[in-house]
Amino acid sequence: MFTLILRRILIAIPTLFLVSLFVFALQRALPGDPFLVIAGEERDPEVIARLREIYRMDDPIVVQFFAWLGQVVQGDFGRSLRTGEPVLHLILQKLPVTIQLATASILIAIAIGIPIGILAARRKGTIVDYSASAVALSGLSIPNFWFGIMLILLVSVHLKWLPASGYESIFVHPWEAIQRLIMPAFVLGNGLAAFLMRHTRSAMLEVLRSDYVRTARAKGLDEDTVVHRHALRNALVPIITLTTLLFGELLAGAVLTEQVFTIPGFGKLIVDAVFNRDYGVVQGVVLCTAIGFILMNLLADVLYILVNPRLRSG
Amino acid sequence: MKLLKIAIPAAALALAMLPTLAPAQTPSTLRIGLQEDPDMLDPHKARTFVGRIVFMGLCDKLLDIDPDLKLVPQLATSWSFSPDGLTLTMKLRSDAKFHDGEPFNAEAAKVNLERARTLPDSLRKSELASVDSVETPDATTLVLKLKRPDATLLAQLTDRAGMMLAPKSLSGDVTAKPVCSGPYKFVERVQNDRIVLEKFKEHWNAAQYSFDRIVYRAIPDTTVRLANLRSGELDMLERLAPTDVKSAQSDKSLKVASTANLGYQGITINTNNGDAAKQPMGQDKRVRQALSLAIDRKVLSQVVFEGLYAPMNQPFNPGNFFINADLPVPERDVAKAKALLKEAGVSKVTAELFVTNNPVDAQLAQVIQAMAQEAGIDIQIRATEFASQLRDQQQGKFQMSRIGWSGRIDPDGNIHPFVTTKGNQNDGKYSNAEVDKLLDEARTIYEPAERKKRYDAAQKILQDELPIIYLYNQTVFFALRSNIEGFVINPDGMIRLAGLKRS
Repeated sequence: MFTLILRRILIAIPTLFLVSLFVFALQRALPGDPFLVIAGEERDPEVIARLREIYRMDDPIVVQFFAWLGQVVQGDFGRSLRTGEPVLHLILQKLPVTIQLATASILIAIAIGIPIGILAARRKGTIVDYSASAVALSGLSIPNFWFGIMLILLVSVHLKWLPASGYESIFVHPWEAIQRLIMPAFVLGNGLAAFLMRHTRSAMLEVLRSDYVRTARAKGLDEDTVVHRHALRNALVPIITLTTLLFGELLAGAVLTEQVFTIPGFGKLIVDAVFNRDYGVVQGVVLCTAIGFILMNLLADVLYILVNPRLRSG
Repeated sequence: MKLLKIAIPAAALALAMLPTLAPAQTPSTLRIGLQEDPDMLDPHKARTFVGRIVFMGLCDKLLDIDPDLKLVPQLATSWSFSPDGLTLTMKLRSDAKFHDGEPFNAEAAKVNLERARTLPDSLRKSELASVDSVETPDATTLVLKLKRPDATLLAQLTDRAGMMLAPKSLSGDVTAKPVCSGPYKFVERVQNDRIVLEKFKEHWNAAQYSFDRIVYRAIPDTTVRLANLRSGELDMLERLAPTDVKSAQSDKSLKVASTANLGYQGITINTNNGDAAKQPMGQDKRVRQALSLAIDRKVLSQVVFEGLYAPMNQPFNPGNFFINADLPVPERDVAKAKALLKEAGVSKVTAELFVTNNPVDAQLAQVIQAMAQEAGIDIQIRATEFASQLRDQQQGKFQMSRIGWSGRIDPDGNIHPFVTTKGNQNDGKYSNAEVDKLLDEARTIYEPAERKKRYDAAQKILQDELPIIYLYNQTVFFALRSNIEGFVINPDGMIRLAGLKRS
């Protein structure tokens, strides 16, 4: 297992290099000049020229890239063009926000999606199965931003049960954090739950059809034991991959949900940065997201091995 | 799994039993919803409109304006120009202090003006370009020696160019922790989320400010911003969308305040910037006149803005002193528009209209397209996001561009940069020696009536040649919780915190 982790980390290095190169090049290929935006409504040419000089924009792009890379390796991600804040500081400020939301959403998705998926598989072809599918389908097809706004109008404006927006850290003000987390996490988790439910159902169906499950049943074990002890464990393998990958995706920021609930996470940060052509921020955030994604993949592999003993030797 | 069977209903029950919570609030915190997240909180480097709203709480300025755009004292108590117009003398308050305890005086003001004039990435340089030197004969007297008479200078000093930072703080990271002399001091900022200020008890006018804390929150989506106000998460918000005005007015827990803003919205036409100008719309003023006549400005406002935005045809806001009364907003006249096209020798004109890629601008463009069509002008719409639009526009890669201006207190800021030959914002490269002369002169004349004559004359030419077709003025709407009192609305769209209180 240790060699596996080591190997993965080594493979990650060229991946990250390529990711940064792509982002760097693509951003420069975008139309629009950040300094026209930053120089203010007045667009004083002298100011623009001076800003370009400060941010080395007139150097060849290759020089710019390696200068940036050199700084990043030393832990310096540069500064935001828009607010002048250090990019690393921004990332460290947003990362906990996004992790908190992503974790809560995944937990909700698991809590809803997996049990319903199992239930649907066990009662295949019954009304339970069909209604679960219907719910899942609606969960997948309702747009997050619409669902979010409707929830705010109902729960916050109408019923006044929960605050409409904002973020608190769960470690600082746990109760307030939970209040502010419930709605966005539910909106995000609801869509993911549908996804998980569909996959759990099909994985379970597959396993329930297999020979060893028939054997288990033939031994006279009761259905609960067959399903939970024997079938579920094997069915979980693809679900775990899926869940960790979904988590990785959530780290990139749930852009629309963050906008609707005004949660200052990665999603808002990166959208804002792209529109403002805030190069340093986009680069830093993408790099961090890539690292997060690679870590999640690694986690998926490790979990595989823990769940499925057959993989332990390799 | 058994655990789950119990856990899910339990969680559901817990959710249902959540106490009906009144939104948590300390009585003396004022929470303001902003449309965007401000940029750098350094008045000399800042560029955004919302940034200026935050500075209103954070930084005092030498002067301020009242709702009628009259200059009123702030850090300067009186001011006068020498007879030759080359010296501005200001008397300063002696009881103002910076948030770090340093006293405000002429020396501090000088340090700030020098920084604004010389900092490499200062955005205030052009605003203070007429200043030659700053002198401080005593602690409460500030003297600005000018290179040329500058009628726009006082207006600049009512905004960021006149804001004062604590001299000792200038060596540190100003953006991270701005130290000014305003009624509230900086506490923290979470980018894309909030900016928190706290009352500065030693402010010279502290009694006027009743809130202990101000929290500015950036909530870009207008629907969400309003929902937050309704749920009590906010006490007031800026830029209520016109489409939400009716519903906010009918909500008893809210109130709406509005006024015409200082800016304009219109269509800038490329008359002279590169090859894109070489087509009938750019070359022939009659074609532009036809387009202007083809647009029904009232209907445009009704369709897109619920009729809440006032039609305009001049760069100054409705009711402004500098409006030329001889040039009323034209009525739609398709027959005349067609006749003009005929006179120009073209029966059908095709021109491309560049718009920002957002729902409102798309709708605007479509309405303009439909109206122009009837007069025989075929408009092709090109939409892109703002940063690209700005760049292409500046490089002359456009025929017509739907763009506006947030407006300045002094009339010069709304017209000079856009239509004078060397203007920074003259993207269509319109050039007319007579207009240049009139507008250059106007900026040097202190006497308003005399100044207005120049603007009136210039506008007569501009209305004929139409390098910019002005369309409408954006009314500024604020929505407030009905228990918030004392809000004085001002055409600059700022939120002045003096006198605001919760009843």
